[in-house]
Amino acid sequence: MSSNNLDQLYRRVIMDHYKTPRNKGTLDTNSVNIEMNNPTCGDRILLTLQVEDGIVKDAKFDGEGCSISMASASMMTQAVKGQPVENALKLSHIFSDMMLGKEYDDSIDLGDIEALQGVSQFPARIKCATLAWKAMEKGVQSEEKS
Amino acid sequence: MISKEIKSYFPILNQEINGHPLVYLDSAATSQKPVQVIEALKNYYEFDNSNVHRGVHTLGNRATEKYEGAREKVRKFINAKSTEEIIFLRGTTTAINLVAQSYGRANVEEGDEIVITYMEHHSNIIPWQQLAKERGAVLKYIELEEDGTISLEQVRAAITDRTKIVSMVYVSNVLGTMNPVKEVAKLAHEVGAVMVVDGAQAAPHLKIDVQDLDCDFFAFSGHKMVGPTGIGVLYGKKALLNDMEPVEFGGEMIDFVGLYDSTWKELPWKFEGGTPIIAGAVGLGAAIDFLNDIGLNEIEKHEHKMAAYAMDKMSGIEGLEIYGPADPAKRAGIVTFNLNDVHPHDVATVLDMSGIAVRAGHHCAQPLMKWLNVSATARASFYLYNDESDIDRLVEELRSAKEYFNDVF
Repeated sequence: MSSNNLDQLYRRVIMDHYKTPRNKGTLDTNSVNIEMNNPTCGDRILLTLQVEDGIVKDAKFDGEGCSISMASASMMTQAVKGQPVENALKLSHIFSDMMLGKEYDDSIDLGDIEALQGVSQFPARIKCATLAWKAMEKGVQSEEKS
Repeated sequence: MISKEIKSYFPILNQEINGHPLVYLDSAATSQKPVQVIEALKNYYEFDNSNVHRGVHTLGNRATEKYEGAREKVRKFINAKSTEEIIFLRGTTTAINLVAQSYGRANVEEGDEIVITYMEHHSNIIPWQQLAKERGAVLKYIELEEDGTISLEQVRAAITDRTKIVSMVYVSNVLGTMNPVKEVAKLAHEVGAVMVVDGAQAAPHLKIDVQDLDCDFFAFSGHKMVGPTGIGVLYGKKALLNDMEPVEFGGEMIDFVGLYDSTWKELPWKFEGGTPIIAGAVGLGAAIDFLNDIGLNEIEKHEHKMAAYAMDKMSGIEGLEIYGPADPAKRAGIVTFNLNDVHPHDVATVLDMSGIAVRAGHHCAQPLMKWLNVSATARASFYLYNDESDIDRLVEELRSAKEYFNDVF
């Protein structure tokens, strides 16, 4: 087993988020619900966001999936909570660049999210990592329109 | 006889993936192709390529002979009465859709029933869902036994006088279960229903005899039986096909074309609109020759042996759960499993880093995943080019995967 490569994918911090996810559950009041899945593999996420005055006040996720998808969801909720919508979308953009192996804006401290960088080396797993972020984008955009 | 030599006919298997010799355990998704099939395709394009059933020139004749020759090979392969009953299509999905849209639309009425099972591939669910919605018919599911098999009692419980179509997979792509389609066909006929068999996972692995099964329709795909992608077959009983309308109209399938009305060619061509899948059929013919040389009975025996060996070795891994019948004699060379606490995608990625290709996901069988109460599983599937050493590699790497995830947790 080539564990060097695997270690790039399964960083300890990722496994930590997988095993003890942050913000797991659903918000009940005044929230926007987004359900998304990866039809080819069965990963599923239910994201609930509370957006007020252009700020993501709270975020929780529920669902099932592989370590990468669930860890990414956990990290995403952690990162966008308390952020203005604009910043949340910016983070999502940076994350997308990171997954595509592009140069990304490193002026913002990405914290735990940085650990997911190794996923870009595993093309089949990129969609696992981006699922929660796509749900978040959809959620804040629908909230902005309403 | 299945010997080690067989592997050498499959050029793709002779390579390294991520620094390890490739172990291909995803044949239920698609099989690899032997040189004989690759050469047949190459040869066709280099020497015989032309359009069929038209033109007077020599190449046109050669292409037609090859295309129709492949049809005769298919007829023999499944023991159909006549080549009129062999329709070349894109694959199993297209074949089942043709039955649903042509036979189904003409024969299923409001309140009628279409009966399928919980272990169907999406390709044998959605065409019937659509038909049921369109006709106001009822789609019914046959319950499975605890071990993932189908009992005739449950079939009897589901079929009634209102049943018009019974459609069932011969070999499950997830559980590996071999279903009693011959007996089910009898029950279907007792109430005047037709029996459709999804043979995608059966044709590569067992001797098929459509007359003995007495099924009304039988669908399968070339790419799962060492043939090319994009070619498949619908077998149908002549009397039924004769009464059915085509669903695709255009060139190739017509007899006489007027300004406002046209007539169709006779069987099987009336269902083959447009330039047919000539090279695909030629490749499928070569695949059939290859499988016949080895012998379908030998292949079936080999697969039972592989399944038994894999189940025995894999059940030695603590925390590994295998789905489907525990008796290897009741299943084809498919072993679907989960390693507890490790998601199947993670299992598949770790195996891939060691050169082992398995499938992870819902295997296009979401209702079955629901029945199993899992969101996804990993699946190792074996074919004639796999041997015990492949399974040993799988088991070894599953053990290290388990250790790896125990460590990082």
